[in-house]
Amino acid sequence: MISLNLHKKLGSDGGWMSLDVELSVDKGQFVSLYGESGAGKTSTLRMLGGMLQPDSGRIVVNGETWFCSEKKINLRPQQRKLGYVFQDYALFPNMTVEQNLEFALYKNQDRKVIQELMDFMALGELRHRKPESLSGGQKQRVALARAMVPRPDILVLDEPLSALDVRMRTKLQEYLLLIHREFKLTTLLVSHDIGEIVRLSDMVFELHNGQLARKGTTDEFFGLNKTSAKFRFSGEVLKIQQEDVIYVVSVLTGNDIIRVVIDPSEANNLRIGDRVLVASKAFNPIVQKL
Amino acid sequence: MDWEPLVLTFKLALITTAILLVVAIPIANWLAHSRSKIKPVVETLVSMPLVLPPTVLGFYMLVAFSPENAFGGWLNQHLGIKLIFSFGGLVVASVVYSLPFMVQPIQSGLSSLATTLREASYSMGKSKTTTLFKVLLPNIKPSLLTGVVLSFAHTVGEFGVVLMIGGNMPGKTKVASIAIYDEVEALNYGAANSYSLILFAITFAILLLVYLANGGYLKRPNR
Repeated sequence: MISLNLHKKLGSDGGWMSLDVELSVDKGQFVSLYGESGAGKTSTLRMLGGMLQPDSGRIVVNGETWFCSEKKINLRPQQRKLGYVFQDYALFPNMTVEQNLEFALYKNQDRKVIQELMDFMALGELRHRKPESLSGGQKQRVALARAMVPRPDILVLDEPLSALDVRMRTKLQEYLLLIHREFKLTTLLVSHDIGEIVRLSDMVFELHNGQLARKGTTDEFFGLNKTSAKFRFSGEVLKIQQEDVIYVVSVLTGNDIIRVVIDPSEANNLRIGDRVLVASKAFNPIVQKL
Repeated sequence: MDWEPLVLTFKLALITTAILLVVAIPIANWLAHSRSKIKPVVETLVSMPLVLPPTVLGFYMLVAFSPENAFGGWLNQHLGIKLIFSFGGLVVASVVYSLPFMVQPIQSGLSSLATTLREASYSMGKSKTTTLFKVLLPNIKPSLLTGVVLSFAHTVGEFGVVLMIGGNMPGKTKVASIAIYDEVEALNYGAANSYSLILFAITFAILLLVYLANGGYLKRPNR
């Protein structure tokens, strides 16, 4: 179990922002930190990893205190057992894929784990390649495998899929779920992609300007348990147009734009750029192979 | 022609470069990653030899190392080291004089690496030293090469410091640049030209090699 209570003053574009996060994560949970960029998601992860020192607070992981400002405890990043996947992958350019994984072995660790992970993540053919010759998705798989080499109990992912296209994302989300279950991990994911969060996580914490704005199970959080709709998409409002007495709103979901009719009272609550859920009860949908 | 000054020059440059590599890596690493308040002071001190007239540096070293004075006397009495008018003194002076040429390329190389490389290595439980030697330095080879070559070339071209602290003793402190000055003073233009031409050719070759290597011209084409 992870319990965080962190306070830190951060310098941001518009001056100073105070980051105050209190959250706890149960063992085996897949938890997402959600929010706009600059809300403090990455800083929260970095404080958990020991790369950024909080001004005050506590970090307790599985009964072990990693940081406590009162007792002046602050474990070095090297002493904190967690797998960290960085947004830019942070693969070592001077090493091949295999050497990157080998570097992550701890002292006297059985080398078997390297082969297992390479099989698991389908990296066998890339074994002798250097990171510069890999595609984004391949780099991501290597980074994920490398983070798993020391067999951490906790996996921390900082927007790991944001640089990938939709197809690659979906594939890597499967890998993430597989790893999470196979290795019985507690996983923390930073993301601002609702689809990704809904697909992967059990719990969501939303950060807004450094403050914890909302939290809940994924279904509660996105209101998914309130509708019995057969179809639901999340998307972003692109355009709101008035046509006679009704309004037509265009919503971008994935790569498709959906046009939905709404009435004026609903239109008043919507702004361009809002994240919305489009849901419909459908009785006889058509499924056509593409 | 007497080859001794040339041999001495390259011996001095080689030893100086080797010492500098060992000394400069920790300094550059500290400068690249520290947020200490005294960092600007250290940075300034390291860069001083770039702007200070070599004679100033040489003069103060001459004074400091002189057995007549406290520090030089202590060295002489307790360690039996006499640094003025000796090859050892030349090495010490050259190390100080060429320090910025080694520190600055390595420092800027280290600063240009993504911080996440260091953090990733730390999060795998690797120490700072392991991270420096296994992850950071191997990824700034061009900067290391630049530092080594610039320090070497700069030491070869040294004149003022060497003259101040080493004097002009054949076989001990008479390096090529001083030999040239000597020959010109004696109106021996032929000998001066031989030394000059050799220095010119060698430094040209060394620098060309660096630019070829760092520009990727020497690499085999990628698959």
